[in-house]
Amino acid sequence: MADTPILLHQNQYHRLKAVLARLRMDSAARVVFLVDKDGQEIAAQGEIGNLDTTSLASLAAGNVAATGGMAQLIGEKEFPTLSHEGERESIHISVIGRLLLIVVFDERSTLGLVKLRSRQVSQQLLTMIEEITQVQLDDHNSPFAGITDEDIDSLFK
Amino acid sequence: MTFINYASREINCKIVYYGPGLCGKTTNLQHIFEATAPQARGKLISLATETDRTLFFDFMPLELGTVRGFKTRFHLYTVPGQVFYDASRKLILKGVDGVVFVADSQEERMDANVESLYNLEENLRAQGYDLMKLPYVLQLNKRDLPNIVPVADLTAELLRKEEPVVEAVASSGAGVFDTLKAVAKQVLTELRKS
Repeated sequence: MADTPILLHQNQYHRLKAVLARLRMDSAARVVFLVDKDGQEIAAQGEIGNLDTTSLASLAAGNVAATGGMAQLIGEKEFPTLSHEGERESIHISVIGRLLLIVVFDERSTLGLVKLRSRQVSQQLLTMIEEITQVQLDDHNSPFAGITDEDIDSLFK
Repeated sequence: MTFINYASREINCKIVYYGPGLCGKTTNLQHIFEATAPQARGKLISLATETDRTLFFDFMPLELGTVRGFKTRFHLYTVPGQVFYDASRKLILKGVDGVVFVADSQEERMDANVESLYNLEENLRAQGYDLMKLPYVLQLNKRDLPNIVPVADLTAELLRKEEPVVEAVASSGAGVFDTLKAVAKQVLTELRKS
C-alpha cells in the first residue's frame, strides 16, 4: 500500500527541530536534516547558508532508493546507513522508518562520531515519527477540505 | 505522497513525467525551468549520461503560489525512458501524487508508447497505486513533426479514463504549462477530498 500523507503540526515540527539541533551539536556537524523517503524535506538545522537542501533531499532519497534496490537484489531488506566521504565535506544518511536522517559534516567531526550520535537519536526520532503518523490518522480537521475551485484556479492566473 | 507542514505552512506534492525514451519528458521540465521566474523554482537537477539521456531522474521544485495561506510546492520528476532502466522507474514512482504520460506522436513510436503505458500501470501497481484513481494527464507531444499519428488514433490507443489530453510541442513550450496545470489541479482537488 502507498504511504499516507504526512501532516506535520507546529509543535511536532519544533520538537523535531530541537532533536536535530542537539544532534548537530553532539556530532559537531555542519547541517542535520530530516527528509522523507520520497525526497521531501521535513526539517533542517545548522549552517544552511547557500546549501540547496531541497535538491539535496531529493538526491539523498534517490540515493537511498537506488542502494535499497541493490540491497533487495542481493537478498538484503535495505542498507540502513550510507556514508559518502569527500576531501573536506562528508554525508552520513540513516534510514529511520519512512524518514532519512542526513548529517553533513566537515573536518571538525568524524564519521565515527556522526554514526554514534545518529544511532543514539534514531530511536527517539522513530518514536516521534510514529506519533506524527498516528495523530494524522485521527485528524479530521484538514484545512484543505474547504478549498474551492476558485482557490485552485487562482494559482494558475 | 503529499507532505503538509503546518509550521512553515507549505504543501509539497510530487508529480512524475513518464513515457518512452526520447518522448520529451526532460524537455518538458527544461521548458518549465526556463519559463519560470527564478524565485518560483529551484535548480533543475539532471542525472543524465554523457549523451544527455536520463540515467536516473530529473528533478525540479516549483512553487505555484498560495492557497488558503499555504505555499503550494510541486516537485517535478522525470523517469529514464529507456526500457532497461525499469528498476529506477519503479523507485521514482514511490510517493507520487500525480502522473503525466508524455506520448511521442510519431508513427514509429506508437509501439513504444503502448509498452511504456503498460509499464507505468504495472509499476504503479507494484507501489500500491491504481492509475484509474490517480491524478493523471495524457500529453501528446511532438505535434509539429510530419509523420505523426492523428489525435483520434492516439487517444483510441492510449486513453485510460477521462483524463485530460493535451497536445504539445515541448521543444517550443506549446502545451507544456497546460499539461502541468491539468495535473496540478487534479492533485489539489484530491487534497480537498482527503
